[in-house]
Amino acid sequence: MIYADNAATTKMSRRALETLISFNEKFWGNPSSLYTHGQNAKEALEQARRDIASLINAQPGEIYFTSGGSESDNQAILSAAETGKKTGKKHIVSTAFEHHAVLHTLENLKKEGFEITLLDVHSNGIVKAEDVDEAIRDDTCLVSVMYANNEIGTIQPIKEIGSICKKRGVPFHTDAVQAVGHIPIDVTGDNIDMLSASAHKFHGPKGVGFLYVKKGIRLSSLIEGGAQERGKRAGTENVPAIAAMAEALKESIGKIAEKTETLVIMRNRLIKGISEIPHSSLNGDPEKRLPGNVSFCFEGIEGEALLLLLDDRGICASSGSACTSGSLDPSHVLLAIGRVHDVAHGSLRLSIDDTVTDDDVDYIVASVKEVVEYLRGFSPIWRDLVSGKKEFIL
Amino acid sequence: MALYSEKVMDHFRNPRNVGILEDANGVGEVGNAKCGDIMKMYLKIEDGVVKDVKFETFGCGSAIASSSMATELIKGKPVSEVKQLTNKAVADALDGLPAYKMHCSVLAEEAIQSALEDYQKRTGNKI
Repeated sequence: MIYADNAATTKMSRRALETLISFNEKFWGNPSSLYTHGQNAKEALEQARRDIASLINAQPGEIYFTSGGSESDNQAILSAAETGKKTGKKHIVSTAFEHHAVLHTLENLKKEGFEITLLDVHSNGIVKAEDVDEAIRDDTCLVSVMYANNEIGTIQPIKEIGSICKKRGVPFHTDAVQAVGHIPIDVTGDNIDMLSASAHKFHGPKGVGFLYVKKGIRLSSLIEGGAQERGKRAGTENVPAIAAMAEALKESIGKIAEKTETLVIMRNRLIKGISEIPHSSLNGDPEKRLPGNVSFCFEGIEGEALLLLLDDRGICASSGSACTSGSLDPSHVLLAIGRVHDVAHGSLRLSIDDTVTDDDVDYIVASVKEVVEYLRGFSPIWRDLVSGKKEFIL
Repeated sequence: MALYSEKVMDHFRNPRNVGILEDANGVGEVGNAKCGDIMKMYLKIEDGVVKDVKFETFGCGSAIASSSMATELIKGKPVSEVKQLTNKAVADALDGLPAYKMHCSVLAEEAIQSALEDYQKRTGNKI
C-alpha cells in the first residue's frame, strides 16, 4: 500500500506510539489527584506543555490541550466572539476556503448577529495580506486565516497578516492543523494570538490537539466541569496521548529541514509527471505550498471513480468531488480558487510523507495517468470535449 | 466494511456494455456536469426488442456500476418490459446502494427512458 493521504491523517510514529503505551503503563493516574501517583501524571502533562510551547516559541501557560483541531478552532473563534459581543464588536474576517470547523462556526455566529467577511483566496489559493488590512473595521473582533490549506496545501502570508492584526489591534487566529510539524512555526515572531493544532496530522495520536492562546487574550470554555486546563477545558486530561503528541511534534519539527528537502523533490516530481496528463491542472500555487501536497483537477472525469481505481492499485488518496463528501457540491476550496463545478468534481489530492520512495512516485504517476485515461475512455463529457462539441476548460 | 457491495465493485471495475453504438436508434443523455453525473445510453431496437445497448458515464463508482447493471437488465428484453425498468430494480440487482447514492440508479432509469423516447421520436414507433 502507498499511503498518500497524510493530510487526512498520518501513521503514528514509533516514538509517539511507544510514549503512548509506556505513559499508559506509568502515568495513568489522574493529574488532579494529590498523591504522588497523580502528581507524577501531572508532571508528565506539564512537561508535554513545556515541550510543545518551546517548539512553537510560546510560553507553557499559553498552551491548552483539546481533543483536536476542530475543538481548538471552535474554542478560539467562540471565545473571540464572546469578547466581541461584550464590547459591541461583531465583525469577523476570515477566508472562503477555511476548514469547515471554522466556516460552520462562523456560519452559526451569523445567526447571533455577527457579520462575516470571507476574503477571496484568488486563483493561486493565497489570501492577500493587504485584503485583510482593508477588511478590518472598527468593530472587527477577530481575524481567522488558516496557515496552510488542507486540500490544496497553499501557505498563507501569516507573518504579514500577524503584523497587520497587531498594528490594528485585532486578535489573530490561525488554523494551523496542516502546518504544525510540517513547516517551522513561531507564534511570537509571527504575531499569532491563537493557533489550532491536531496531533494526528503530525504522526501523533488521534483525538488530541492543542490551542495556543497568547497571554492576555481571553479564552472561554466550551466544556464545563472540573478546573482542568486552568478552568478553560474541563475533563480529565489524556496524559499519555498528550505526551505522545509532544513526542511526535518534537520528532516532526526536529526533521523538518531534512524531510522538506526530500518531500519537495518528490512533490515536484509528482507534479511534473501528473502535469503530462492532457487537460489537467495543478490546484494552488506551485511553490508556496506544503512540501507534501499535490492537488490536481482533471477534465472529463469524476474524482470518486478515480480514487476507487487508485485504491485497487494500492494507492490511498483523496478528492474534493461531491461524491466523496456525500454532498451535491464539490469542495468549497476548489470553488474558492475559481474552479468551475465540472472540473472541481474531477479532483485528486495526494499528500505524501517522507517515507515515499522514487519508485512510489513513478508508480503513482503511472497509475494516475492510466486511470484518468481509462475513465475518460467512456466519459460522455470527454467525448464532447474531444469532438469539439464542448470547449475545454483546462 | 467496504463502501459498496461486491456487485457494485464488480460492475464498476468491469463495466458491461461500455462504449458507443454507431447504429443506435435511440440515444438518451441525462444528468449534468455541474452535479458530477452524466449518463448516456445508446439503444439499438429491432422488432420491439433491445438488440444491443451501450453506455457512457461520467460519474462516481456507483454511477458507472448503475449504468452497467442497467444495460445488463435490458439487453435482449422487449421494449414493453424495458419501459417498466425502475431505479429500484437496478439498485436491487447491485445488492443495494448507499442511501446517498440512490440517485445514481435513478439516473440509470432516466437515461433508459430518455433513450426510449428518442427512439419513439426518431422512428415514430409507439413504445
